[in-house]
Amino acid sequence: MTMVSRPVLFGALALIIVAVVALALPSWLVSLTTLAFANALVVLGLIILWRAGLVPFGQALFYAIGAYAVALIDRYGGMHDVFVLITAAAVLSAFAAFLTGFLLARYREIFFAMLSLAMSMILYGALVKTETLGSTDGFHVEAPTYLGYAPQGAMHLLVLFWLVLAFSAASALLVFLYFRSVAGALAVPVRDSEIRLEFLGVSVNGLIHLNLVISGTLAGIGGAFAALSIEHVDPNMAYWTTSGGFVFVTILAGAGSVAAAFVGSFVFEFLKSIAYDILPGTWQIFLGAVLLVTILFLPEGLGSLFGRLRQRLNLKPANVSS
Amino acid sequence: MLTAFAILTDGLVYAAYLFLIAIGLTLIFGVMRILNVTHGSFYAFGAYGSAIAVGIYFDRGFPAAGGFLLMVLVAMVIGLGLGLILERGLLRLFYGKDEVIVVLVTYAAFLILEDVIKLIWGPNSYALYQPLALAGTIDVGSLVLSGYDIGLIVFASLLAIGASFALKRTRWGHLLTVVIFDREIAAALGINVTAVYTITFVIGAMLGALGGAVMAPKIAVTLGIGVEVIVLAFAVVAIGGMGSIGGALLGALIVGECRAAAVHLVPQIELFVIYAVMALVLIFRPQGLFTRIAPRKI
Repeated sequence: MTMVSRPVLFGALALIIVAVVALALPSWLVSLTTLAFANALVVLGLIILWRAGLVPFGQALFYAIGAYAVALIDRYGGMHDVFVLITAAAVLSAFAAFLTGFLLARYREIFFAMLSLAMSMILYGALVKTETLGSTDGFHVEAPTYLGYAPQGAMHLLVLFWLVLAFSAASALLVFLYFRSVAGALAVPVRDSEIRLEFLGVSVNGLIHLNLVISGTLAGIGGAFAALSIEHVDPNMAYWTTSGGFVFVTILAGAGSVAAAFVGSFVFEFLKSIAYDILPGTWQIFLGAVLLVTILFLPEGLGSLFGRLRQRLNLKPANVSS
Repeated sequence: MLTAFAILTDGLVYAAYLFLIAIGLTLIFGVMRILNVTHGSFYAFGAYGSAIAVGIYFDRGFPAAGGFLLMVLVAMVIGLGLGLILERGLLRLFYGKDEVIVVLVTYAAFLILEDVIKLIWGPNSYALYQPLALAGTIDVGSLVLSGYDIGLIVFASLLAIGASFALKRTRWGHLLTVVIFDREIAAALGINVTAVYTITFVIGAMLGALGGAVMAPKIAVTLGIGVEVIVLAFAVVAIGGMGSIGGALLGALIVGECRAAAVHLVPQIELFVIYAVMALVLIFRPQGLFTRIAPRKI
């Protein structure tokens, strides 16, 4: 087995187990995992940017574009097929990322974060003030059909879950392969020294633009699935706290590996719902504390725990992404 | 003509508010390079503290002038307490880490403080109505201006003048300028940078709480007021140039007037316009209007 295929094999195995186990899980856990994996796609996009040293505080822009694309086509377009909806969301968010990328790719560090924040807040402001887009309340999203098949009752949750799982697997694999490609591998040198890279003849802005489009598309697909999972969209999906939440999960997960995005996102949603149950008034204290502890003691995120575990077990150290 | 005048005055009032919430943020960023998300919490604490303390003060029927002084006092006490706890207890652990990591640390602290507010003051909304009534109104032609709004503009202007005087004319301001310019050289010259950091953070916290304290009469003091303030202050500071007090003033004026124009002429774009201006400025002047462009370092 080569280095490439072993993590892929592990991933595929984990996926099949999760897909089968879902049959026995209570429905709240299935929907929680669906939402967690939808958000994990956004986090995956954030990891791509994080490797290049960029932290967007406005990734909710693409998330909301994906979600609203699904909701609007579902409501006004008369199309309810899930594949049409997701494709439309992906294309629209990719296009939005492509356009904004011309600007965003020129910025770094805190300025990148601020400009991306501004752009998502523009969308938020537009959504809140537009009656036809549901204004502050947003609107309901009808259950989709799957190539003509319309699942009923509990099956509806499961089918959506499996679809999200399949998309997550495909995205994880593609991103994993991207990290191994030349363009993907160049992200780390971008963070270390841009000028050195440019002297080697690489267009750093072009590279970042590419990364932005990939991560924007992932965020759009994530938003689309989130809309289908919650069955509702509202302007808060574009608000800065949503973006902050994604950055939070990225820190929690760590940018070390593709799998970490999914584990991290699941842990986050799980912690959030547990905290909400046990400490209804003070769950944010708990989340904030978790974030602080993570930054202090696990600066590489939960993902680095796998690596440590593997070293404990005397296996070859993990080398998933870089 | 009337609309133009209304836009001008509304814009000035809003600019005064924006400057009050932005000045502390820009000060802390300029000196410490921390984009401080907890600034929203300072604002919220200031608003709650002022709504309750000043409300009680007026209910007892004490003289009016003291109520306004009490606002400032409340803000100073809150800023001192919160600022010291956060800087000494938390941020100190993260100095030298990546700027973005420190932003996240303050974000975590902000989440925690949001719930602390809920624990202390509960989910109720507080209204501080006496100061507005006491300040009365001023008629200018057919426009009725609130005396409190005029006071706000004067107060913000005085603060801007005071801050610029403190920075340019006092010994402490000079020390601060050195630290802003290059913290390592400042330390090498014998300036106690740690102390400067603590004092700056506390003053920034006081300014944030002051913004909340003087705005309390104009808003419903309720949960979540800090969340919006953060992005607004970020926008103002980004437009003016992060770390520049003159920039914060200019940013506040630009955003204030643009928003007032939007409210009067095209109300649909009211929320949109603030961030559109921010994006526009960042496109042409990524460092903001007032910051020197730094050369790329290899």
